[in-house]
Amino acid sequence: MHLTLKVWRQPQGAAKGRFEAYIAEDVSPDMSFLEMLDVVNDKLTLAGQDPIAFDHDCREGICGTCGIVINGVAHGPERATTACQLHMRHFNDGDEIHIEPWRAAAFPVIKDLVVDRGAFDRIIESGGYVTAPTGAAPEAHSLLVPKEDADISFEAAACIGCGACVAACPNASAMLFTAAKVTHLARLPQGQPERSARVMQMVATHDAMGFGNCTNIGECAAVCPKEIKLDTIAQLNRDLLKTTVSGA
Amino acid sequence: MSDTVIETENPWVEAPAASGPALSANIDPGGKPIEEWWDTHRFNLKLVNPANKRKHTVIMVGTGLAGGAAAASLGELGYHVKAFCYQDSPRRAHSIAAQGGINAAKNYRNDGDSVFRLFYDTVKGGDFRAREANVYRLAELSVRIIDQCVAQGVPFAREYGGLIDTRSFGGAQLSRTFYARGQTGQQLLLGAYQALARQIDAGTVEMHTRHEMLELIVVDGRARGVVIRDMVTGEIESHFGDAVVLCTGGYGNVFFLSTNAKGCNATAIWRAHRKGALFANPCFTQIHPTCIPVAGDHQSKLTLMSESLRNDGRIWVPKRAGDARPPDQIPDDERDYYLERMYPAFGNLVPRDIASRAAKRVCEEGRGVGPGGLGVYLDFSQTPGGPAAINAKYGNLFDMYDRITGEDPYKVPMRIYPAVHYTMGGLWVDYNLMSNIPGLFVAGEANFSDHGANRLGASALMQGLADGYFILPTTLSNYIGANKLAPVDPADPAVREAESAVDQRVDRLLGINGKRTVDSFHRELGQVMWDYCGMSRNAEGLRKAIGRIPELRAEFWDNVKVPGVKEDLNQSLEKAGRVGDFFELAELMCIDALHRNESCGGHFREEYQTPEGEALRDDDNYAYVAAWEYGNDRPPVLHKEPLEFQYVHPAQRDYK
Repeated sequence: MHLTLKVWRQPQGAAKGRFEAYIAEDVSPDMSFLEMLDVVNDKLTLAGQDPIAFDHDCREGICGTCGIVINGVAHGPERATTACQLHMRHFNDGDEIHIEPWRAAAFPVIKDLVVDRGAFDRIIESGGYVTAPTGAAPEAHSLLVPKEDADISFEAAACIGCGACVAACPNASAMLFTAAKVTHLARLPQGQPERSARVMQMVATHDAMGFGNCTNIGECAAVCPKEIKLDTIAQLNRDLLKTTVSGA
Repeated sequence: MSDTVIETENPWVEAPAASGPALSANIDPGGKPIEEWWDTHRFNLKLVNPANKRKHTVIMVGTGLAGGAAAASLGELGYHVKAFCYQDSPRRAHSIAAQGGINAAKNYRNDGDSVFRLFYDTVKGGDFRAREANVYRLAELSVRIIDQCVAQGVPFAREYGGLIDTRSFGGAQLSRTFYARGQTGQQLLLGAYQALARQIDAGTVEMHTRHEMLELIVVDGRARGVVIRDMVTGEIESHFGDAVVLCTGGYGNVFFLSTNAKGCNATAIWRAHRKGALFANPCFTQIHPTCIPVAGDHQSKLTLMSESLRNDGRIWVPKRAGDARPPDQIPDDERDYYLERMYPAFGNLVPRDIASRAAKRVCEEGRGVGPGGLGVYLDFSQTPGGPAAINAKYGNLFDMYDRITGEDPYKVPMRIYPAVHYTMGGLWVDYNLMSNIPGLFVAGEANFSDHGANRLGASALMQGLADGYFILPTTLSNYIGANKLAPVDPADPAVREAESAVDQRVDRLLGINGKRTVDSFHRELGQVMWDYCGMSRNAEGLRKAIGRIPELRAEFWDNVKVPGVKEDLNQSLEKAGRVGDFFELAELMCIDALHRNESCGGHFREEYQTPEGEALRDDDNYAYVAAWEYGNDRPPVLHKEPLEFQYVHPAQRDYK
């Protein structure tokens, strides 16, 4: 197939960018979206132009490094699929495809499609853990976790921190990301001692990093490649309310 | 392919006996049994006063399972840790992609497991080319790793009663593998990452993301720092400490196509090798049997399908060569379930090296399936419980397969083929995980220590965490406690030399302005390696590769095109530096493979096989670790660490 790409190009340090058009020729339906960009970049390189910078690493949908908005949708048209796992068989010959970076004040563009997601790390650093210094752990089976809790916890823990939720949210809120970690640890006995402090600190950092508020639109869960549920935000709100009211 | 074949001389030299005693792992059993070695060793190590720890800086390069766990644990102890990773967050290290699980000798299943049995299985699985002491310690620590991870909140799969579930996994007849669906690596890495995040917040760990190590700084014979490139600004900066730890993963990307992440590279360990660190068993690479076959020339990486699938899926090819019928039209008696036929005791669960070679063999017989005939079926149509049971256990893997191939594996059998997955070789380390350069520690996949010539499934996560949580904090303290080191002078000639080497290399790459992309060179190198140093090797092919690689490397340095400038996020420049190092490493891998005139584990030399086509070891001549010294334009120098087996006696591995 032959495609026309409209790609966001923004030189490093520039305040503004713009769309540039590129032609992608002889695209195989078995290519992944990023492999299609590889081929475009090879051509740009040989033509003496600067290749398109984009983040990627594992290319199997688990590291969370890749993240681009494709035709207005974070990670593109396939549900529960990262951009690296999106294959060109979902496009048609002659399509025009718009490719943009995540857009959020808390994720400044570094270059082209690459953004700085350090704010996510700051949120985890402010409480997204269990204080369990190495060596202090009791025997693993001394803690029983009902399977239902373990499963809910796991499903929340499956978040890959890609940032699609932020990119999709009209408020650029990172509440789904924050809530996934809150839920993961709130549903486990190990997470109980720090549960109240965790939710307060993580939400405070979330706000301080410049993410917007959650107004229950649900775009985040719709684009999440790991299908993190909106229920996690309800869990976060419950924990936050409880902590605020009880003053714990 | 070039006709340049080295026929006359060996492309390596052996260290003369007069140059000193054979390499020693620095273990003193003191007449005690292996069960007491680690305890005894620990007791003899030096400690550092808690109040003094914050005065000592440890440089940590790589923050995956091993590096993240070590940085967090060292931070908790009170050391000042400066950590670096090339990713934009430590949470993205490639440990995250490990799917299947992590072994531990908990014997929760009452199926006869024990520390000794895990030790035994791992030494045997490694085809008797691993160091017994290290493997025993690994098995011993496995139990504590699970405890540690559970305490952190790692959501392992659970039974209805609330206890942790386990499963059996490639190469083991016991149910000793702990897992979190098909995302075990992700959950363990997030556990380590969160522990690290806590230390970053506490100020003990200074984390530098999007930073890449490009040179090791050795002052007065000791590793004292690293030269780092800030991948965003391009700034080159030096960082100093009392010790340097490399946890930078494996070098499977030398093959271009592998299951590794695109960014995985050997530059940190190769730069250390060039500064004097010995590189051990570089030819020991693991080809994983269950990967999605190559789809076309555009392919940029290969995707693993967890070998846990082999617990329930049955592997087969048609009995008749060239049988092009769709799988559902081939009746059962015309299918060859070849692993079950050849290895009735282990069946589809034989170790990875054996399963991979068997797949290669049936494809060479013309019985492979799918495009190009490079694939075998992995069939779930007879799995008890049907699609519902499959979905519960392997749902995410089935979805991933569907996404990549466009085929629904609930309806059509999966097609799989072997792909490069893991490298058992790495920098040589002693029992303390210290290389031969004092102060340079190496852990996780980056070292060579625990898996011999083949790694069993679910043991890479175990090694990374054992090294990071438990071993490094102990042995690094010993090094720091035993040595009084003066601060490094930034004007020291060794520092200046390392910095200018980095500058010059970057400038050189940008200045070539040739006509080929970095990837095109990398692909060609990968093809040479796959053809001649892949699943099976022979002397003739290896000599061809040893002739071809330097030619290709010379062309690279003459004709590569690296666009852009250095003061920018320049992904082509990053790749070019890594590929430049892969060329040198590839050559050493071929030399190592050529020198080892035996077959063992993942190293299968066609000249050395049993009549049934199994690997034929030569314990009389090759029961040693081959630790290579950098030749610097001259042939590399071979040092040997003899391997003694006091507890697990070498025998031909028998999985029949």
